[in-house]
Amino acid sequence: MMSYQDILAELIATIRALAPGADEVDEHTELVGNLGLDSMKVMNLLQEIEDRFDVSIPLNVLPDVRTVGDLADKIQQLLQDQ
Amino acid sequence: MTLLDKFKPLQEARDRLKALGADPFNVTVEKILSPTEAIVNGRRAILAGTNNYLGLTFHPDCIAAAEKAVREEGCGTTGSRMANGNYADHQALEREFAEFYGLPHGVVFSTGYLANLALLSTLPGPDDVILLDADCHASIYDGCRMSQAEVLRFRHNDADDLDKRLRRLKERASRTLIVVEGIYSMLGDMAPLKEIVELKRKYGAYLMVDEAHSLGVLGAQGRGLVESEGVLDGADFIVGTFSKSLGAIGGYCVSPHPELDILRYAARPYIFTASSSPSLIASTRVALRLLREGSDLRDRLWRNARRFREGLKSLGCRLGPQLSPVIPIMLGESREQALLVWHELLERGAYVNLVMPPATPDEHCLLRCSMSAAHEEEQIDRLLAIFREVFTAHGLAA
Repeated sequence: MMSYQDILAELIATIRALAPGADEVDEHTELVGNLGLDSMKVMNLLQEIEDRFDVSIPLNVLPDVRTVGDLADKIQQLLQDQ
Repeated sequence: MTLLDKFKPLQEARDRLKALGADPFNVTVEKILSPTEAIVNGRRAILAGTNNYLGLTFHPDCIAAAEKAVREEGCGTTGSRMANGNYADHQALEREFAEFYGLPHGVVFSTGYLANLALLSTLPGPDDVILLDADCHASIYDGCRMSQAEVLRFRHNDADDLDKRLRRLKERASRTLIVVEGIYSMLGDMAPLKEIVELKRKYGAYLMVDEAHSLGVLGAQGRGLVESEGVLDGADFIVGTFSKSLGAIGGYCVSPHPELDILRYAARPYIFTASSSPSLIASTRVALRLLREGSDLRDRLWRNARRFREGLKSLGCRLGPQLSPVIPIMLGESREQALLVWHELLERGAYVNLVMPPATPDEHCLLRCSMSAAHEEEQIDRLLAIFREVFTAHGLAA
C-alpha cells in the first residue's frame, strides 16, 4: 500500500506535468485557487491522476478537496477501500 | 465579499464580449421566417445552428394539431402531472413513445432537461453508482449532482476505460447505472454502444442512453443509436427530448422496467413542475408520427449533413471525428478570433453556435453547426460561400 508521502510525491509530479505554470506545487496548493483550474480542468486532471493510481475518484468528493494534500488523503483512502 | 460579488467575473467576461461588438450568448431572433431562416440581430440569416434536424417546427400538421389543442384545451394545464396537469393526451403520448420503441413503459416530462434530472436523481440511491461518459450533457451532470449515488466518469467514448472502472467496482457494478448519449451534442460523435452494451451485460450493470440528438436522426425508424446499432434490447432506460427532431419542447423516457412508472411518485422534477401545455403535446404526437413515417426526412438530413461537411472539409476546416448532423469546426484557443469569426459569419447571414471553454471538451473554441432536413442545397452552398469568405479572411481556410 502506498504511503501518504508516496502518493503526494506522485501527485505533485503529475500536476506539474499537466498543469502549465504549476512549478510551485506542494500539499498546501489549492487546486482551484492557486492553480487557476476551472471545474472542467480539475475533472480532466483527475482523469490523469486516476490512471496514475489505478483508482476511480468519485465526483462527489470534489467539494471536500481543496488542496493537493486533501486529494492525496482521498486517494489513499480510496486505495485502501479497493 | 458580498452575496453578489461572485458574479463579477461573469459580468466582466460579458462586458469584454460586448466591447468586441458581439455577444454570442445574447443573440436575438427577431423573426422566424422558416425552419431554416430568420431575422437575427437585424439581419436575414440562414439557421445552421439549431437542433431542428427534421425541420418539423413549421410542419402544417403539427401546427394544426397545436392550434386545435389550444382552442379545445387552453394554453396551459396550470399544474403538475400529479395534481391537475395529467391530461389524456399526455398519457396517449406516453403510450405512443413506448409503442414506438416496442417497450412497455413510457413517461413524458416537461423538458428533456427535467427527464434527465428525474431519472438520475431518483433511480440510483445512496449505495449505488452512476458511471457517466465524461462528455455527457450538463443535464446529466446536474442530475448526478442531485443524486445521492457515487458519481464516476469514464473517458469519452472509451469502452476500455469503462471496462476498467466497472472492474474496479467489483460487486457494486450490479448497482451501477452507465450513462451515455447516442450523439454527443458538441462533437457530433456517437457512443460505441455495442461495446458498452456488452460491458453492461458482462458486469450486470444498467444502461441509460440519452438519444436527444439521435432521435429521428439514426436508425431505420428513427429510434436513435440503440436502433442503428441493433441494441435496443440492451438499454434499460432511453431518454430523449421533443425539442430537437420533434420540433417542440418536452422530454420522455421509455424502459422495459415497470419501476419507471413508480418513478412518477418519487422524482421531484416530475412531481413539482407544471406539465407540458396541450399544444406541445398535440404537435409532438403528430411529429412523432411524421418521424416514424419520415425516412425521406432522414435521407434528406444525412444528404445535407454530408454536403455541408464535405464542403467544409474542402475549405480545410478541422471537423469533428464522425459524420453526423452536428458538425463542429474546431478553431484555435484564441477566444477573440473565434468571436470575430462567429460575428462575421452572422453579419454575412450564417447563424451558427460559438462554443468556448469550459463548455468545449478541450481547450479549443468551436463553431457548432447543425444541419436540417429542411435546408435547401442552395442554402448549404450559400453557407459554404460565407464560410469561405470569412475563413479566408482569418487565415483559417486551406
